[in-house]
Amino acid sequence: MDNAIAKPSKKEAFLAPLLKANPLFVLVLGTCPALAVTTTLEQAIGMGILFTVVLALSNVIISALRKFIPEYVRIPSYIVIIATFVTVVKLLAEAFLPELYSSLGVFLSLITVNCIVLGRAEAFAQDNPVLPSLLDGLGNGLGYTIAICIIALFREILGAGTLSFGKTFTFIPQVTIPLLKGDTWDYSMPLLQQPTGAFLVLGIVIALIAVIVNFRAKQAKIKKEEVKE
Amino acid sequence: MSVFVAFVLAILNAMLMDNVVLSRFYGICSFIGVGNRVKSATSMGLAVTFVIVLATVVCWPIYTFLLVPAGIAYFDTVIYILVIASLVQAVALFIRRFSPSLYRGLGIYLPLITTNCAVLGVVQSNTDTGLDFLSSLANGVGTSLGYFLVIFLFACIREKFEGTNMPKAMKGVPIALVTAALLALSFYGLQGII
Repeated sequence: MDNAIAKPSKKEAFLAPLLKANPLFVLVLGTCPALAVTTTLEQAIGMGILFTVVLALSNVIISALRKFIPEYVRIPSYIVIIATFVTVVKLLAEAFLPELYSSLGVFLSLITVNCIVLGRAEAFAQDNPVLPSLLDGLGNGLGYTIAICIIALFREILGAGTLSFGKTFTFIPQVTIPLLKGDTWDYSMPLLQQPTGAFLVLGIVIALIAVIVNFRAKQAKIKKEEVKE
Repeated sequence: MSVFVAFVLAILNAMLMDNVVLSRFYGICSFIGVGNRVKSATSMGLAVTFVIVLATVVCWPIYTFLLVPAGIAYFDTVIYILVIASLVQAVALFIRRFSPSLYRGLGIYLPLITTNCAVLGVVQSNTDTGLDFLSSLANGVGTSLGYFLVIFLFACIREKFEGTNMPKAMKGVPIALVTAALLALSFYGLQGII
């Protein structure tokens, strides 16, 4: 049991951040890109993939070097490692996904100062072996991707009224699915595409999750009391 | 004269029309985290203002006169974050030496400025979009003033929430985000004035 507390299992390291400890919805970290790049679903997916790559790779390197980095210079060392991977990912994106690169713009560089990356380095990678750190990085990256995709779904469907693919990832054919907006009808709310909509959607989604968590906690409590009686 | 007018207009544009927090989404973390007390929000705003202006002044010459001639312009993010971290450290030492009371007031917020994306965001977008030195400076000053203004307004509003009766699920971060949405809506109305 002691061992399990000191070293969380590999499965737990990967699965916990997907829902239970979601970095965006539960811990409310990394809000800047979550608001800025969620106008379309495709952009959010692209950001999520690049973010996951940076997080997983920096977690691996930091955990591999954990015995060599002196404690008092650890934060600058981590930041330099993270910034290096951000530069690598930036150059790769510029070469192979130029549309994604230009639509994400400065937010690609801002992964460097995303609290989640430094947070995982501090909280997990610096005192765990390489493999669990890799899984932790992948899990957190995936959890974050899911979270920003949910926000982007709301904002694109309700705000633009359509769901379009092929604009950011040019290697797939261009498709536009009309949902709330067609040739003759238009029920979309363009406000949600604006910055205001970003704040509003994130706030409401976090509140809804709190409602569900509170409801389930209440149900569990009632069940417990019934068992007691 | 026209240079001066353009400079002031660029500051106003970065401060109000294209506000750093409410329309460019930089520095939301500190905005949500610190912006619930007027006093700490003011201290944070002042410190961030100082660091942003300083970082703009230092990083632009480094990029133009060192990185570009050496052919390593792609290395900019790494260099910027190192410069910002050292600047924050230097500012912390300076404040501790000359105003210990302000140093105690800022506390943990000082080192956290390094990871405030407003600082890196401004510096990076200045060189990414190829602004000249004066425009970069105007962007830096305008952005930091905009940050200060918004975090102060936000803290004033959030202090009023204390003791209000609101749904349990909305407490804390959700209501803060909805407040930010309403603030963003009012700032959105300023767009296109200049």
